[in-house]
Amino acid sequence: MSNKEYTDISSIAGPLMVVEGVEGVKYEELVEVNVAGENVPRFGKVLDIAKDKAVVQMFASTTGMTAEGTRARFRGETLKLGVSEDMLGRVFNGAGEVADGGPEIVPEQRRDIAGEPINPYSREFPNDFIQTGVSSIDVMNTLVRGQKLPIFSGAGLPHSRLAAQIARQASVKDGSDFAIVFATLGVSFEEAEYFRREFEEAGALERSVLFINTAADPVVERVSTPRMALTTAEYLAFEKGKHVLVILTDLTNYCEALREVSSARKEVPGRRGYPGYLYTDLSTIYERAGRVKGKQGTITQIPILTMPDDDKTHPVPDLTGYITEGQFVVSRELYRKGVFPPVDVQGSLSRLWSAGVGEGKTRADHSALKDQLFASYATGREVRELAVVLGEASLDDTDRAHLKFADAFEREFVGQGEFENRSVEESLDLGWKLLTMLPRTSLKRVKPEQIDKHMSSVSSEEKI
Amino acid sequence: MTNETKDIKAGVIERVTGPLVRANGMSEAKLYEVVKVSDEKLLGEIIELHGDVAAIQVYEETAGIGPGDVVYRTGRTMSAALAPGLLESIYDGVQRPLKDIQAASGDCYIKRGIEAQPIDLEKKWSFKPTVKVGDKVQEGDVLGEVQETTLIMHKVMVPPGEGGVVATIQSGDFNVTEMIATLTRDDDSVASIAMLQYWPIRAARPKTSKIFPAEPLRTGGRSIDTFFPIAKGGAGCIPGPFGAGKTVTQQSIAKFCDAEIIVYIGCGERGNEMTEVLDEFPHLIDPNSGEPLMKRTILIANTSNMPVAAREASVYTGITIAEYYRDMGYNVALMADSTSRWAEAMREISGRLEEMPGEEGYPAYLSSRTAEFYERAGIVKALGSDDRVGSLTVIGAVSPPGGDLSEPVSQATLRVTKTFWSLDADLAYKKHFPSINWLNSYSLYAQNFEGYWKEQIAEDFAEVRTTAMTLLEKESKLLEIVRLVGMESLSNGDRLILEVARMIREDFLFQNAFDKDDAYTPLERQYGILRSIVSIFEVAQEVIDQPEFEFATLTAIPSFAEIARLKDKLQWTKDDYQKFQDTLRAEISALIA
Repeated sequence: MSNKEYTDISSIAGPLMVVEGVEGVKYEELVEVNVAGENVPRFGKVLDIAKDKAVVQMFASTTGMTAEGTRARFRGETLKLGVSEDMLGRVFNGAGEVADGGPEIVPEQRRDIAGEPINPYSREFPNDFIQTGVSSIDVMNTLVRGQKLPIFSGAGLPHSRLAAQIARQASVKDGSDFAIVFATLGVSFEEAEYFRREFEEAGALERSVLFINTAADPVVERVSTPRMALTTAEYLAFEKGKHVLVILTDLTNYCEALREVSSARKEVPGRRGYPGYLYTDLSTIYERAGRVKGKQGTITQIPILTMPDDDKTHPVPDLTGYITEGQFVVSRELYRKGVFPPVDVQGSLSRLWSAGVGEGKTRADHSALKDQLFASYATGREVRELAVVLGEASLDDTDRAHLKFADAFEREFVGQGEFENRSVEESLDLGWKLLTMLPRTSLKRVKPEQIDKHMSSVSSEEKI
Repeated sequence: MTNETKDIKAGVIERVTGPLVRANGMSEAKLYEVVKVSDEKLLGEIIELHGDVAAIQVYEETAGIGPGDVVYRTGRTMSAALAPGLLESIYDGVQRPLKDIQAASGDCYIKRGIEAQPIDLEKKWSFKPTVKVGDKVQEGDVLGEVQETTLIMHKVMVPPGEGGVVATIQSGDFNVTEMIATLTRDDDSVASIAMLQYWPIRAARPKTSKIFPAEPLRTGGRSIDTFFPIAKGGAGCIPGPFGAGKTVTQQSIAKFCDAEIIVYIGCGERGNEMTEVLDEFPHLIDPNSGEPLMKRTILIANTSNMPVAAREASVYTGITIAEYYRDMGYNVALMADSTSRWAEAMREISGRLEEMPGEEGYPAYLSSRTAEFYERAGIVKALGSDDRVGSLTVIGAVSPPGGDLSEPVSQATLRVTKTFWSLDADLAYKKHFPSINWLNSYSLYAQNFEGYWKEQIAEDFAEVRTTAMTLLEKESKLLEIVRLVGMESLSNGDRLILEVARMIREDFLFQNAFDKDDAYTPLERQYGILRSIVSIFEVAQEVIDQPEFEFATLTAIPSFAEIARLKDKLQWTKDDYQKFQDTLRAEISALIA
């Protein structure tokens, strides 16, 4: 570590600071900045180093910094986070400092927050079913351990409540609990506080690590917050053998912070002013999920993002969708109808669902039933549109049955309330029960044996 | 991609920005020369030279590198190592085996500065010569053969630019660097030849001539083979928004197509997807040979979070290896998923070089680079005196932002590819897979295949295909009318079109890539199914115009329900389909009797 301090600051603009006359400075090196009259140093990292001139991106706000009297010290290492198992049950701010008034963490390891790419050869394909207790997820868009599956939402939609419900209820067949690493990125105080209370009330706080960066905190801090969370998650999963669920909210704010830094650097922008490397940057967050050979723990990621104007083609959801393994879409239409959780079953997708279902994982009939529910619901919705144009009178009996089915499916299957935790068997049986509303001839995706087996069992239970 | 050359201490770094490093003192360096950066020996390549300052793109993370660090020259341009042992490998973008990286780093993460040989230098291969002392050989001639896997006979060829009279030739077990032959050149100098050869990745390998493609690559995909086929030696692209099934389509082609060698480049895509391929391919059996698919496959995995410069190189590494097998006389298919990520890597490097950007920040040379890449596809007469013919089919996935094809990468790709499979978000939303839109997609090769179809499949293949496509076209217009005024207003003729078009969509085009029986349909059976559907249209024409004809009586005939099950009849032969069509005809004709 060099103890030399540099005072020749030639410019401070936005989150960037330029230091002149430096020697032996390395790319990405951590910079400690002491501002005149302040006791606590601020930190930054080297973004560009040309001969003796270093461009430093600050992690903290640059407000109040002066070109005269500010001293920069290059620390000879990259930004590291001290991690320990004792972090469970604790709350940190977006810069990784203790924020719950408790004692400092004694680190067992110091890890580079940028992480390293996982060798694709060392990965193991995710295939353990996670039961979230939410029918529209468990049956229709199954989540598996080691998957990265974002929630695409919009302003004013209850994505936080859905994420909290998943965090509360998520469990796996072997009964093991998830450790939860949770990070807020530029959300309001209320939203951050909502999650903290939720975890506390559900008794989940002692197995959670919280990183809180709110809208009031420095924008640039947001760029490192998700990396701190994931560094902690990697430590807990791959060193301590825990199954970790990482929830990040809201990635749209993260991308905006990145855009701010990029524009301060005067980089050539890509779409909508976002930097051209947004895809690569997002992938260094999302790809830190998964399972690896020879390690017991796993990382499952649920990032939340709000789509500006519900537009799925906006760069943030668009690039996210290209990296993640599917998406849950929160539906404004269902929310208005009072359905909770309002998961848009058709728009959502889990790319790994087939690896998590079937005999021994959920149930043998899962795959066929899912296809049937999907097809029938799609038909029901088409009929609904047709009925709007041509009137209900133009419908035949089969159409009417589908229309009723679609309504019931949304009300009873998708809609289940915030605190109902359904086992996957219950969800599957409910699916079969709803299918009894339809004429048997229109059930083409399920085998006749399956109909006999499951429909009769459903109806006999009804009689009891 | 290392070989025996010595590293020479040359320059000193003066600037570092992300994956781009500038170093001075490089006046003797060549453009595209491989360099090693700092004492960590990070792999890099010179991409620009200004005086004695070289711009170097580094294929590994550059954190911790700074001005004053040294740069070593290797004297070699970025090359692919070509020898037996390529098959069944999984490489990163610069041809380092991921397995060796795992062993060297002792962890699941990719550490920096790891040197790994692309080819096992120790392993002995049994080499059988096919020429004898005194034979005159020229560049590209086969000197001998090595059984590389149970499927593939590796041909050891005279490297381009070499030739002469065979002075010595060995037979027996050798590793790839041992000398297996010496040639006396025309000027009496001696060339010694080992199995391991190098070829610079950014240059196309030479060939005698290109041939006009006239034979389809058979993939077992019904909408691909029948509707939008691609030629052996053709270039195709699959653009589509996320979730439309690009990767599933590419993987199905990789699994089932009748090429002998598959090079699959995962370029800036998901880690888990590559793992899936790695898990699946050794267990999947190639329908054409009965052997595990891995025995004919080379994987290049540079996932999205791996260094961006190596992503730029990965497509070149892949296509160079593919050309090498093409030169042996094999049919090679290369999949690149996704070329948009490759273009983004170019954009990132270009931005760091502070070049004047073209559209959407992409460099101005985006379209010329794209064209050069796809132009390396082709069916060729390889170098050598035996007129071997090999083909290289290139299929690139494109990931347009928001599914909007007007963006630069899609446009640059569409200009140079002749098969366009347009994946459609609406179809994917309705879970119609493969979501290849039958109205927008096209294949400019289709007319080249008319002769092939006539000879191999059926006299009327092309007509049946055209009829089916026309019906779908008409359907889209009729559906608009239905949306406005309802079904009742349609004539029986129009209803027939709708009914038959629905069958084409649901019972022919819809194909489940995850169902082991449905995923692959041989072309003969594809024709059988489509012929049956189209014959309903032809025969029913005659009856529906009868006065007072009840349309419902047509859809009630037993054969109608049978259509949906045709794709499950795996054993059906030509005669079975003929019989079925006869029954169909009889049943329909009986309606008016």
